[in-house]
Amino acid sequence: MRLALLGGILVACTCAIAGTFVVLRGLAFVGDALAHGVLPGIATAMLLGFSGIVGAAIGAAVMMGGVSVVTRKFRLSGDTAIGLLFVGMLSLGVMITSRSSSFVGDLARILFGELLGITQSDLAWQCVALAIVAAIALVSRRPFLLLSVDDGLARTSGFSARLFHNVMLTMVAITVIASFQTVGTLLVLGMLIAPAATGSLFARRIESMMFIAAIVGSLSTYIGLLISYHYDLAAGASIVLTAVVIFALAAIANEIRKSRSHDHHDHEHPHVHGEVHVR
Amino acid sequence: MTSIHASALAIGYGKHPVVDNISISLQPGDLLVLIGTNGSGKSTLLKTLAGLIDPLHGDLTLLGSPAGQMPTRVAYLPQHPVSSHTLPLCVQDVVAMGRFAHLGLFKRSTDRDRAIVLESMQRTGIDSRANEPIRDLSGGQQQRTHLAQVIARQAEILLLDEPTAGLDLNGRKAVAELIATERARGVTVVLATHELADAESATAVMLLAQRVVSMGSPAEALRDEYLRECFGFTQPH
Repeated sequence: MRLALLGGILVACTCAIAGTFVVLRGLAFVGDALAHGVLPGIATAMLLGFSGIVGAAIGAAVMMGGVSVVTRKFRLSGDTAIGLLFVGMLSLGVMITSRSSSFVGDLARILFGELLGITQSDLAWQCVALAIVAAIALVSRRPFLLLSVDDGLARTSGFSARLFHNVMLTMVAITVIASFQTVGTLLVLGMLIAPAATGSLFARRIESMMFIAAIVGSLSTYIGLLISYHYDLAAGASIVLTAVVIFALAAIANEIRKSRSHDHHDHEHPHVHGEVHVR
Repeated sequence: MTSIHASALAIGYGKHPVVDNISISLQPGDLLVLIGTNGSGKSTLLKTLAGLIDPLHGDLTLLGSPAGQMPTRVAYLPQHPVSSHTLPLCVQDVVAMGRFAHLGLFKRSTDRDRAIVLESMQRTGIDSRANEPIRDLSGGQQQRTHLAQVIARQAEILLLDEPTAGLDLNGRKAVAELIATERARGVTVVLATHELADAESATAVMLLAQRVVSMGSPAEALRDEYLRECFGFTQPH
């Protein structure tokens, strides 16, 4: 249980960093596709008996390369290319897994994770992934911020939008690969998005958004594990659902806070409503 | 050195020219005002000057280099800057992004960078909101923030696409003063606008309607026959 909690917190911290940029740049669909794109790689690794992490890395590389090629060569919009690759890779993953003698068990383990079966070697991998993701975010924080506003702003500031977009995708892929053991490929998107989205409600700086996301993710891990233990429920799903519920509660609290502050402002300044626009 | 030089320049998207045969020669401190209806080619020309779109053919240099090669010396304000309404960033952080071209990946921001950011916010009148999230500001205040970001670049060429959009009368006056101050410092400004009044202090005006209708001093370029051709009406005298 202690290893599971540690593993969950490491995943929460990794997802907080990558998820912040996923939310800011609007990459949720790409994140989802990457999470499913690793499925055939992991399934093949399981079938042939090599490392799931290596299989996931190959799957993510194929997914990222495929999206780039389909977008450029066939002049399709990004989301169509991502959608095509997404369902294609997911189907391929399910087909490969169906060759396994323990099809249902293997598929469930890949999709929903096996947090309670986490080992010290998995923890070591997660530490390495956290360090790599943190280093990428630290070095690329300026182009990532500019990309979060606009590709053009990044380019006119002297940064290659394509290069740093791909660096950002690589960071998301590393996060997915490091997290699938814990929450599974299906639910890792929840850990990427829900805590970061909660952070975006309250933060005024990127660093504070990451910090809030890491706290929410870690808290979700703790509460989710408790729920899972006491009610005999799936650990990964309990953690992600807790993160989504925390987001919902935070969003409601934020709306109440904003409407109260609006009422207070109207009371203090009854005739002031922004600028007069003369066009 | 000539700030912007273009000859026989054709601009557009893909292989389709929007405007061709453009010639520009601007010196430090000049103001070129681009006027035209929506879709006339103003924004396409500014994006080409900013290096975001490749020229279809012809010559184009900014400060002696091809467009897009001088990020520290050329600053561009897009027509509708992404308002950053979902970004958890306060105003001063958005303005500080104007310094990133100088800082690159690894340089630490210095006291000088911070002083430039503060001064840019003061000049656009947004300094009192420095610590507020940009998403909580009105459209006009967000526009002032993006203008401050462009000013913070301390570039030698400013490419401004409708910088007064969404601003009230005071905001418009502040932008006009800002442009005048920048020009006095030797900064070359290219300004796209719908407002004929913005052309009064220009060195040159280019009237666009998917071709160059006229180009020259404000008096020459805004003659009645050109305005009628471009907009279907003339200025009241």
